[in-house]
Amino acid sequence: MRRSLTLYGLTFSLPLLIWQLLFFVFPLVFLVALSFWTVKNFRMQADLDTVNWATMYGRSVFWQAYGTTLAMASAASVLVSILAFPCSYAIAFKLSETARRWAIFLMVIPFFTSYLVRVYSWQIFLSDAGIINVMLGWIGLGPFGLLNTVGATIVGYLTLTYPLVVLLQLFSLVFIDRTLIEAAHNLRCGRLRTVFAVIIPSARVGLVIAALFAFILSFGDFVSPIYLGGGDPTTLSILITDTTKSGQQWPRAAVIALTMIATLLFVAFVAVRFAYKGRSK
Amino acid sequence: MSDSSANMNRSRLVDLSLKIYIILGFAFVFAPIAASFVFSFNSDRFPSIPLGHFSLEWYEAVASDPFAWQGLRNTLFVGVIVGIVSTGLGFGAAYTDFRYRFFGKQIYLALALLPPTIPVVILGLAMLAYLSRINLSGNSLSVIIAHVVICAPFAMAIIRLRLSQMDPDLEAAAWNLGASEWAAMRHVIIPFTKPAILGALFITMAVSFDEFAIAWFVSGLNETLPVKVLGFLQGQVSPRINAIGTFVFVTSMTLVILAQILLTGRSAKVRPVADEQE
Repeated sequence: MRRSLTLYGLTFSLPLLIWQLLFFVFPLVFLVALSFWTVKNFRMQADLDTVNWATMYGRSVFWQAYGTTLAMASAASVLVSILAFPCSYAIAFKLSETARRWAIFLMVIPFFTSYLVRVYSWQIFLSDAGIINVMLGWIGLGPFGLLNTVGATIVGYLTLTYPLVVLLQLFSLVFIDRTLIEAAHNLRCGRLRTVFAVIIPSARVGLVIAALFAFILSFGDFVSPIYLGGGDPTTLSILITDTTKSGQQWPRAAVIALTMIATLLFVAFVAVRFAYKGRSK
Repeated sequence: MSDSSANMNRSRLVDLSLKIYIILGFAFVFAPIAASFVFSFNSDRFPSIPLGHFSLEWYEAVASDPFAWQGLRNTLFVGVIVGIVSTGLGFGAAYTDFRYRFFGKQIYLALALLPPTIPVVILGLAMLAYLSRINLSGNSLSVIIAHVVICAPFAMAIIRLRLSQMDPDLEAAAWNLGASEWAAMRHVIIPFTKPAILGALFITMAVSFDEFAIAWFVSGLNETLPVKVLGFLQGQVSPRINAIGTFVFVTSMTLVILAQILLTGRSAKVRPVADEQE
């Protein structure tokens, strides 16, 4: 390993650094500056005014949206973690090597399908004359108003996060030392107790990180709350798109975005602390 | 697994229900994908069951829409350039991480890997505000810039994974045999990582093909196809989305399967070949 800076080394390392500084770091920093700008006569002006922060934080609709988004994203990440765990557990411990490889391949496919198309497809299932209501009609039930509900939004969040959470949980599960499980069995630990006393603690880091990703994705998603949840209750992501796309109130949108980033950083910090708690490495 | 095959804790009933649970999970994941495929060939204006008759009208409707073609051209143009640029940047970053240790490397790696974890609405807004400030907003170039930011980390991860399978001494051996750093790069590193480079190229293209949110924020009038789909969603509900979705799905999957073949099929073979090359 050579330490000195060479033209050769810089040719490979600098381009990405420059690109991400110019087009990733600077835009985010600019967002901070933008939140202090003012809008007069529909034109933005460079300024150092806290009016946007005061306006946004003074609005009850903002705090309502904040509470809603936080609650729904938390609910989604807990729910998806619980729903995904038996699946990733079964893939990790109950399938043959070949079957497991296929399962992983199948779980990767959704990442390369359009999320929009899948959300539209859920509309086909959930609408008043949709597939689910027609099927319920066959046994004399319904129709129920499934679309434009919080439940539909959660279905959208699950669509977005389930494959990722299964994969992340799976990767932490397959790396568990199997002698630990064997030891538990030899000590006559029941299978359910083995799961809760041995497997979950061993895979804690991966499970928490998976839940964290589910939270981040749901927290920022604007497609499900609009097209499955009907835009009501409003989430922060909807507020951002509305504020940005209708008019020149970008500074206010920046306030929302920065609040979201602060929240995500805080949640990520707490989650990582919790994940590595008691590990002295 | 073998370790528990003879175990008293094993119960066939539990195993069976766990396997059924896996299938239910896949059913949930693939239901919308399959439905979109089926209804793209269905004649009804408002898709539901029972199915109408087989029809290609939605494909025809999309094919006769000049804006859809414009969108497709934009998508392909953006995707190809994004693929090439982000693979190049990702390769550089992966090689840097593989070979060098330096002060601030953690920060370098954070910059190289973090962008996909920032919610797309936030990134979209930040890009829109920043790029319009420096007069780069509202065209295909702005979409390319934004997409490279989120695609380069994927390329970096894929190529870094391949490099970690390589013995660092191989490069040193080439230097000892008199190869310059550039020659070693050309004759050792690049041949070894070639499957991953091509894989990264296809994966980043596929990511760009599907990305709609940031593109929607910054694209202005030069909409890509996914942004068009968002437009359809906002307007009247139309089974055209299914037709476009199926088309995009087939395209993306072709790219992914190509990448998969390159990454796994060859890696078994490349090892001995790379060894022989020494």
